[in-house]
Amino acid sequence: MSLRTAIAGRMHVFDGLRTVLARASPLRSGDVLAGVAAEDEQERMAARIVLADVPLARFLGEALVPYEDDEVTRLIIDGHDSAAFAPVSHLTVGELREWLLQADGDALTAVAAGLTPEMVAAVSKLMRNQELIQVASRRRVTTAFRNTLGLPGHMSTRLQPNHPTDSIAGIAASMIDGLMYGSGDAVIGINPAGDSLSSVIDMLVMLDEFRQRYDVPTQSCVLTHVTNTLRAIERGAPVDLVFQSIAGTQAANESFGVSLALLDEAHDAGKSLRRGNVGQNLMYFETGQGSALSASAHHGMDQQTCEARAYAVARRYQPLLVNTVVGFIGPEYLYDGKQIIRAGLEDHFCAKLLGLPMGCDICYTNHAEADQDDMDTLLTLLGVAGVNFIMGVPGADDVMLNYQSTSFHDALYVRDVLGLKAAPEFQAWLDAMGIRNDQRLPDDGGRHRLLDDAKRWIAHD
Amino acid sequence: MTDRTITRLWQELRELTPARIGTGRVGTSVSTADSLAFGVDHARARDAVHLPFDTQHLADVLAERGQHALIVRSAASDRREYLLRPDLGRHLDDAGRQYLESKARSCDVVFVIADGLSALATEHALPLLDVLRPRLAGLAVGPTVLATQARVALGDEVGHLLQAKLVVVLIGERPGLSSSDSMAAYLTYGPRVGRTDAERNCVSNIRPAGLGYASAAATLGYLITQSLARGISGIALKDDSDAPPGLPGA
Repeated sequence: MSLRTAIAGRMHVFDGLRTVLARASPLRSGDVLAGVAAEDEQERMAARIVLADVPLARFLGEALVPYEDDEVTRLIIDGHDSAAFAPVSHLTVGELREWLLQADGDALTAVAAGLTPEMVAAVSKLMRNQELIQVASRRRVTTAFRNTLGLPGHMSTRLQPNHPTDSIAGIAASMIDGLMYGSGDAVIGINPAGDSLSSVIDMLVMLDEFRQRYDVPTQSCVLTHVTNTLRAIERGAPVDLVFQSIAGTQAANESFGVSLALLDEAHDAGKSLRRGNVGQNLMYFETGQGSALSASAHHGMDQQTCEARAYAVARRYQPLLVNTVVGFIGPEYLYDGKQIIRAGLEDHFCAKLLGLPMGCDICYTNHAEADQDDMDTLLTLLGVAGVNFIMGVPGADDVMLNYQSTSFHDALYVRDVLGLKAAPEFQAWLDAMGIRNDQRLPDDGGRHRLLDDAKRWIAHD
Repeated sequence: MTDRTITRLWQELRELTPARIGTGRVGTSVSTADSLAFGVDHARARDAVHLPFDTQHLADVLAERGQHALIVRSAASDRREYLLRPDLGRHLDDAGRQYLESKARSCDVVFVIADGLSALATEHALPLLDVLRPRLAGLAVGPTVLATQARVALGDEVGHLLQAKLVVVLIGERPGLSSSDSMAAYLTYGPRVGRTDAERNCVSNIRPAGLGYASAAATLGYLITQSLARGISGIALKDDSDAPPGLPGA
């Protein structure tokens, strides 16, 4: 089938799926920087018209990065489940959009292993924001370690108590503050400022001692490179979740210092510890549009398609948590609030369709054309879309990574307006601890034994 | 606990971290005062990104001290293009290239003061250089280059054109809410176009409330001396200035 169409007498011809996908993508600065974006709005629409008529089966025969060159391509092709694909195997991309709009949660769950990242990236390019939200909201993905995440009517938070110099006491102070607002059911996860193994182990020990002292039904993580986590495990450190940043091509993953073989090894090491008591999902992945181009490893693909391919890597490991760090990368990839919001919805939709427990670090940097209002918009939209978890950062200001994410208060807001709850096991713990965040009650935070203990406990440092 | 005990305890916790903790809540949100304080910090960070770098003023100040400055621009024509096209910020414009070619005279080290993502941060460049220069006795220090719309890698082209063995780029970092004026120093031995980040050493968060001038100068002085003596920079050159003698890599 030739990839061509005419609009107003102008013929548009595309030389392959990779080009059609890139030209069909909504405008974003990273695709312009890469030189793969549509030249103008009419070319963008021409690409979408062509894309709508592409049979899904074509994606199985036309790899965007050659099979021989790229282990992510091999993972996608070799892992494709043709039985799951059967209900949609005869459809075009445009027909898949209409099928999705009418599918219920069971049908979406059943088809997941039959869909490839390229198929879901393609269909997302034909969908408006409301459609990305609606379809994703019907697809619940539930995972478990020490609690159950992703249940309908629930939205969890990663408590992110970062400190600019990895001060254990400073991290603990932010952590206690977050728990007062009911944050931390997805994970208490620290981004370390340094890579030193001893400091990583100090943080893991502090988190684990705290969790055991108060019997908190949650999991902890220090978001260091997977090789560091492997060394920590070798030294007997209490590792709950194994973290790694991943991307959608082999070359981009190499720039992160990882391969599928290394991730396999890390996953096995994590499983061998048998620390989960509710479930065994233990990998935690972060992704984000633009990372492949940033590593000059995008192979001419647009950044959203690259991003979706990272989800093939993630789903190999049945992770507990995956989140896109959508606005962190900067304005050369996502220029403003509009581009960040669109990308956040696309990433959540694509990951959910592929069966991942998707969360989002709803965020921006100060050199992007975005502000708190844009974050409120994306937060509300993702809450409606059924996002599994968001970040909880004190006052939305990450004082180590120098960017703005969502605050403890932001999570209370979205839980309030949408009637969402924390993970059930964690909520029961909050209730037992007397931590209430019902907005109609006076602020009783700080009047219970956690705070009473805090000072003595923080003397740890 | 009494209210006063609770307030005092939160004050003690707040001293442990610059993070915005212990703010309490109004409904599910923050107080009007905290909301406005956040807004002020964001405004400072935003303005820092877009503040023009007054290179002429800085050149005048240097001239008063008897130091010569060369003013150049990157190939990014304005702030918007600079933000969207990092590649252009890594190269001089044609005029700048010709200008520096005409000034070439081999030297040990050249300092580039660049706006990067915060021109506000360039205020720390001269105070830092004042305490650093005494540590560079005996070295041939070239003219100071002042560069606008510049990324770190612009220093590679500048250093190469000025025939410097080593280039040190003092550049404004991405502003955070609590640090809109943070400056970084990037050191690259044998500067030429195409050097990678792995071939640089970075000293970050230079500002009075972060890494002070004296500490930054001590680290930089050590790295500059070591880099020139060993002919390397980057991951091969570690900052062992605090390491006990006789324990390399400890």
